[in-house]
Amino acid sequence: MTIASSSPPSRLPPGGAERTATKSRTDRRPGTGESRGDGRLAAVFIAPALLGFVVFLLWPTLRGIYLSFTRFNLLTPAEWVGFDNYVRMVHDPIFWSSLRVTVAYVVINIGVQTVSALAIAVLLQRLTQSAVLRGIVLTPYLMSNVVAGIVWLWILDTQLGVGNEIVAALGFDRIPFLADETWAIPTIALINVWRHVGYTALLLFAGLQAIPNDMYEAAKVDGASEWRMFWRITMPLLRPVLAVVLIMTVIGSFQVFDTVAVTTRGGPADATNVLQYYIYGAAFGRFQFGYASAMSVALLVVLSAITFVQYRLTRAGQTDLG
Amino acid sequence: MSAVTVPTAPSPQATPVRPVRPRPTPGRIVAWAVMVVIVLVTLLPFYWILRTALSTNSGLAASPGDVLPVDPTTGGFERALGLQSTKEAIAQGGAGGGLRFWRYLLNSVVVSTLVTVCQIFFSAMAAYAFARLRWRGRDKVFALFLAGLMVPTIFTLLPNFVLIKELGLVDSLLGIALPTMFMTPFAVFFLRQFFMNVPREVEEAALLDGAGKVRIFFRVLLPMASTPVLTLAVLTYITSWNDYFWPLMVSYSDGSRVLTVALAIFRAQTPQTGTDWSGLMAATLIAALPMLVLFGFFARRIVSTISFTGIK
Repeated sequence: MTIASSSPPSRLPPGGAERTATKSRTDRRPGTGESRGDGRLAAVFIAPALLGFVVFLLWPTLRGIYLSFTRFNLLTPAEWVGFDNYVRMVHDPIFWSSLRVTVAYVVINIGVQTVSALAIAVLLQRLTQSAVLRGIVLTPYLMSNVVAGIVWLWILDTQLGVGNEIVAALGFDRIPFLADETWAIPTIALINVWRHVGYTALLLFAGLQAIPNDMYEAAKVDGASEWRMFWRITMPLLRPVLAVVLIMTVIGSFQVFDTVAVTTRGGPADATNVLQYYIYGAAFGRFQFGYASAMSVALLVVLSAITFVQYRLTRAGQTDLG
Repeated sequence: MSAVTVPTAPSPQATPVRPVRPRPTPGRIVAWAVMVVIVLVTLLPFYWILRTALSTNSGLAASPGDVLPVDPTTGGFERALGLQSTKEAIAQGGAGGGLRFWRYLLNSVVVSTLVTVCQIFFSAMAAYAFARLRWRGRDKVFALFLAGLMVPTIFTLLPNFVLIKELGLVDSLLGIALPTMFMTPFAVFFLRQFFMNVPREVEEAALLDGAGKVRIFFRVLLPMASTPVLTLAVLTYITSWNDYFWPLMVSYSDGSRVLTVALAIFRAQTPQTGTDWSGLMAATLIAALPMLVLFGFFARRIVSTISFTGIK
């Protein structure tokens, strides 16, 4: 990710009467009038956000790690149990199956979503610059996962769903998309592709906009086909953006919950019991907050590892565009 | 929400203009055909919601594949809005349980508005401090904020729930709004990027006119940021409106129930033997409509902002 490490430092003195605006730009040592003056204002400006950050993000993260070493049911104080929750997790077959299900979901979801989003983004770039089309592609993103889940539940209904009407009209047997162990996870993955692909496409489209048009013009003069231009210009230059988008979508899709909750509720036979749904059940169905926290830590570790590996593999920080 | 920056994204002014329409080649025709299919797959479910919502449940069972509404009726909407009597509702294939739709709609509006207004205002202040003020430890604190982007939401949900419970805010709208009311790392990050790109001369001119930094922020920089702020606001509103997991944890009763949660309950209530699809589709349409309208108003600007900055 390219995050500018620091802004061009301000050369403006606070309250600036005595100081001249030409004061050294690098002067930010503690104790100087400059940093003190801005410091007070900065403290006021940053206070609410910092409060929110510490109370609802930093502290919960630390507390979640702590809770994972306890037995805690909300009613009695947390009781330290060391690694018990983790031992239990390692021996919990449902945990492993939920991890497997989650990975299967992520692979299908990300695979289909990335390829389709790339196709849509390239089509949007090479065919037309229409903002209306971009808007249309984004509409499913306005639906909540709950709405998307219910709508597709209806469309894919075995008896009355129009999706199955089409399947039947094509001469196949009706498919119990969400009630069948084999079909359920791919179906949920594709429902979420439907909802998110437009957004991902727009992010990639933003990356495509950064590729100078004259590169395509020059390639065209040399007689390159669209296909060749895609592989020789678009893909290499889009790679850094693609990598970042991929990391973000993987992190997002590992956290699938809503769609499962409204469509299959983990069934049939744990076939869609994704990790997040299992964690939710452990915490709020059985009030095992310690155990649920331990599984959350596991998820955090998995996500961090994936982010790190993906980041390194794709050399996300670099761009070929000089 | 998380952030994506596109390293070399051009400014919105740099729209490549291509006035000459390329000749239709077989390749382009195929590409357009694919585009049409994509648009159809994107939009048809919306039509199907409407078509189902306007049908009767018995009609749906009789002709599931009809393109037009079967026995057109507004019964589904009446059930979703709680306008039908229990007897009527059951007769038409609905559940007896009432759904206080206006209440949930109001709850959703309150929560989303509270979250959006506060989050963006506080995040903008912080972003300004990170981008334009000089203070000790600034870069370190900012790095910490950025690290927050990497923490998956699930991770903070359980401890946050415990905290909200300890604060006695379970089952309240404030309890739903609180965790995202002050900031998200993404909002801070996104607005900081914008503030950093504002030319320094703008600020200097205001300083020469005798404005203080507080004044500069409110009177100069914030108004200048109206487009990114608007885009961020609409996306935040949509995200907050669509959030399900956290409100599901926190709310137990009608008083704090938001639309997403109510909808999921409505879905769970409808008779398993013959789901009330007509009512359910009417309800999903009503739940989604405010976001469609909101998007309709701002679509062009939002789409352009996302297209050029690549935010997520």
